[in-house]
Amino acid sequence: MIDSDIPIINSKILHEKIQENLIRIVDVRREQEYQQGHITNAVNLPLAKLLADDSSESIQKIVQDLGISDDTPAVIYDDTFGALSSRVVWALQYIGHKDVKLLDVTFSQWKDLGYELSTEVPEIKTATHSVKINPEIMATAEYLEKVKENKNVVIIDNRERLNYLEQHIPGAINIPYRTLASDGKILRTKEGMKNLLKNRGISEDAEIITYCGSVGTLSGLAYYALKSIGVPNVKLYVHSFKEWKSLEKPIDKQENANYWDLSAE
Amino acid sequence: MAQQLRPSKPADKQSKIDWSRRQEAENFAETVKLFRQGKIDHDMFRRFRLQHGAYGTRMTDDYAMVRIKVPAGQVYPNQLEKIAQLSEMYSIGSAHFSTRENIQLHWVILEDVSEIMQSLADVGMTSREACGNTVRNVMCSPMSGVCKDEIFDTTPYALAIARFMLRNPICQGLPRKFKFNFTCCEKHGMIRIVDVGLLPQIQEIDGEKRKGFKIFLGGGLGNRSFVGHQLEDFTPVEDLLYTSMAVIRIFDRMGDRKNLSRNRMRYLVNDLGWEKFQNLVLKERAVVKATQSVIVKLNIDDSVNEIQRPISVDDESASVPDGYARWQKTNVEKQSQSGFNSVFIGLEAGDITANQLRSVAEIIRDYSAEGFARNGFSQNIVIRYVHDDDLKSMYSKLIETGLAKTGSLTMASAVGCSGTTSCNLALTNSHRLAKEVQRKFLELNFDDDDDLKDSTIKISGCPNSCGQHQIATIGFYGGGGRHGTDMFPNYTMSLGGKFDEDAMLGHHTARIPVKRIIPVILKIIELFKENKQSDDTLAKWIDRVVNGNESSKITGVEDIKKAIAPIIVPPNIEDEPDFYMDYGSDTNYHTVTGKGECAA
Repeated sequence: MIDSDIPIINSKILHEKIQENLIRIVDVRREQEYQQGHITNAVNLPLAKLLADDSSESIQKIVQDLGISDDTPAVIYDDTFGALSSRVVWALQYIGHKDVKLLDVTFSQWKDLGYELSTEVPEIKTATHSVKINPEIMATAEYLEKVKENKNVVIIDNRERLNYLEQHIPGAINIPYRTLASDGKILRTKEGMKNLLKNRGISEDAEIITYCGSVGTLSGLAYYALKSIGVPNVKLYVHSFKEWKSLEKPIDKQENANYWDLSAE
Repeated sequence: MAQQLRPSKPADKQSKIDWSRRQEAENFAETVKLFRQGKIDHDMFRRFRLQHGAYGTRMTDDYAMVRIKVPAGQVYPNQLEKIAQLSEMYSIGSAHFSTRENIQLHWVILEDVSEIMQSLADVGMTSREACGNTVRNVMCSPMSGVCKDEIFDTTPYALAIARFMLRNPICQGLPRKFKFNFTCCEKHGMIRIVDVGLLPQIQEIDGEKRKGFKIFLGGGLGNRSFVGHQLEDFTPVEDLLYTSMAVIRIFDRMGDRKNLSRNRMRYLVNDLGWEKFQNLVLKERAVVKATQSVIVKLNIDDSVNEIQRPISVDDESASVPDGYARWQKTNVEKQSQSGFNSVFIGLEAGDITANQLRSVAEIIRDYSAEGFARNGFSQNIVIRYVHDDDLKSMYSKLIETGLAKTGSLTMASAVGCSGTTSCNLALTNSHRLAKEVQRKFLELNFDDDDDLKDSTIKISGCPNSCGQHQIATIGFYGGGGRHGTDMFPNYTMSLGGKFDEDAMLGHHTARIPVKRIIPVILKIIELFKENKQSDDTLAKWIDRVVNGNESSKITGVEDIKKAIAPIIVPPNIEDEPDFYMDYGSDTNYHTVTGKGECAA
């Protein structure tokens, strides 16, 4: 199933392969939503379950319980613009799973495409999965602090603009997660993504570290947006700004402007 | 449940005019790069940026405000949906409706502006010449075509002028910005406070009824404001273009290019004297006409808009939603077309979320028989051609999406410029103040008070006039005040401004600390209530007071000053720390401003 190194699968291709039933499709919405209908043959892994304990041992157990062995191709989807599924794909890659892909549409978009759904819950046979940590795709606060002044390092904050203006990691630039989508897909076209980076003056050869508010979902999406165009060196600061703040690391803000009062929220 | 289906929903209407030019987006991206690399100097880049509708942002070079032009205020559902998406992708998740029918996206990263321009081109919109020394968005009354008092619909003329001027070489380097306003009637437009204001007229010439305008020239609000002068008794529509060209040519040739603070055309008119300026325009028009080698004509699209009531499901058994009567009274105007209404959607100081924009688009499709909306003059949206039978259902929809605020057509809907939320020149947070005033007014049910209906409150964050405070019944502009060594935001209040046929600039009355503005307004209303005549309105009463024609206890502005004097005494900072903070801020006030660039 690996046609390339890009961990993203086109909905049409997945649709064609569903009947073969060789891929473990994972729906990361809440259980209740899953029960009301899901992609045929998909199993359910509510994201909260993974986030409750994201140690490698816990992820390993979750993966095994979903019947995913080292060789099982896996595809993940959500209905939250791809941010939750990205976080799960990343977790699997982090413990060393080689063949996991992000579905390029959400559940709603899948439905809009007219592809079939099912309410049947597939039988799962527990599998065995090894743990071979992939440290180069993760950034810790300590690491980030060490490299953030490096010329070749770009830190991207994927929260919404107002949150970013109010406080962010010094030197970070802001690409709100909404910027990453295109009509009907969770990600931009490759050309659109390349153009965004080009306009922003971000080199594809840079080491790019993404972060967001707390658990690395929005920045997980950004991680795969960058992977979608083959950026080689991307890291997810998975514990993101919440941890950064709690560690009382330095914070920058846009001063002397009342931008919040422009919001109609 | 009785449900009734009406026939055929019309296809989604889209703008007939494509205002965009796609290559401008790429060009913008390239130019930003050259600027960042230091290959283009700051001033040159700023001029370029403004020409393309990207305004600077408070205290930073990293962000811009993208001002999207909406000529004649005509905006389509697909355009609103696109702007909703762009606000989430590149801005703050909200968009802003301005007092000049533009829609603005704030806090956009300069490097992303070109992406916005690309996307706007998908829906035929542009930000070109929305800022800078150009012909700005051509406005037209939101009631044009439906107003009971209008002589004819000027919308096609407004659109034609906008088309002619956009990207026209003569408009690329004017001494200063240049504004056209078209209206339906004196009440609904603001024709006397712009460079060129146009009021429709019909005159019988040789037994033939001919369309034309009363044209007003040289008005404008700013640090010094002027009311426009009427050019001549009647200008036939055939002379609209020639007259406009003549005025722009005179301004281009004779306007002040050096003194940035006084180079709007109104200063030229003032310096020359009206009669001399008037003569110059009339002569120039004769020259323009005589020297045209080919006949230049405006492209007037006079085709009639298709009016088709959209399909909708009436639920006759549904109860009347709470607050409907008040909403209808304060937000809905009957049209000249029987059975149809124009619905004014009030926004707090012009702000609207992305999701609300999407709802507005849906509501236009479901309820407007003309299939598009008009931006209003007061940071609002007007959905027209709503059938009598659909108003209740539309009101329910507006409630669902938080857009059913009452009082759009009343004093409650205060106007506030962007102030310190994004503007470099601002001294105070006028934007938030307008929201605070509106909330207070609605809380006190002032929108329901007929005595206050024809009054307005408008607030600017500095002595410039984006908030149009000079033409408000009660207007304010921001500044700093000092008590001992402690600073506080302090607004100058003007009373009795008007923009109709008796256009008059407000009378400076007193300086009011920001945290006393609401109490002072309430005091003025109280004085009015105590002293009013039986059929009085606040606007009429204030007008008599400022002109010394009031015979009650309050005979002039001095009496108002006396009455509010005890309210505005600054307390010691220890006694009331909040007094020394602006709205939206939890630290003591100090003035911070950057370089303005209106004049770049």
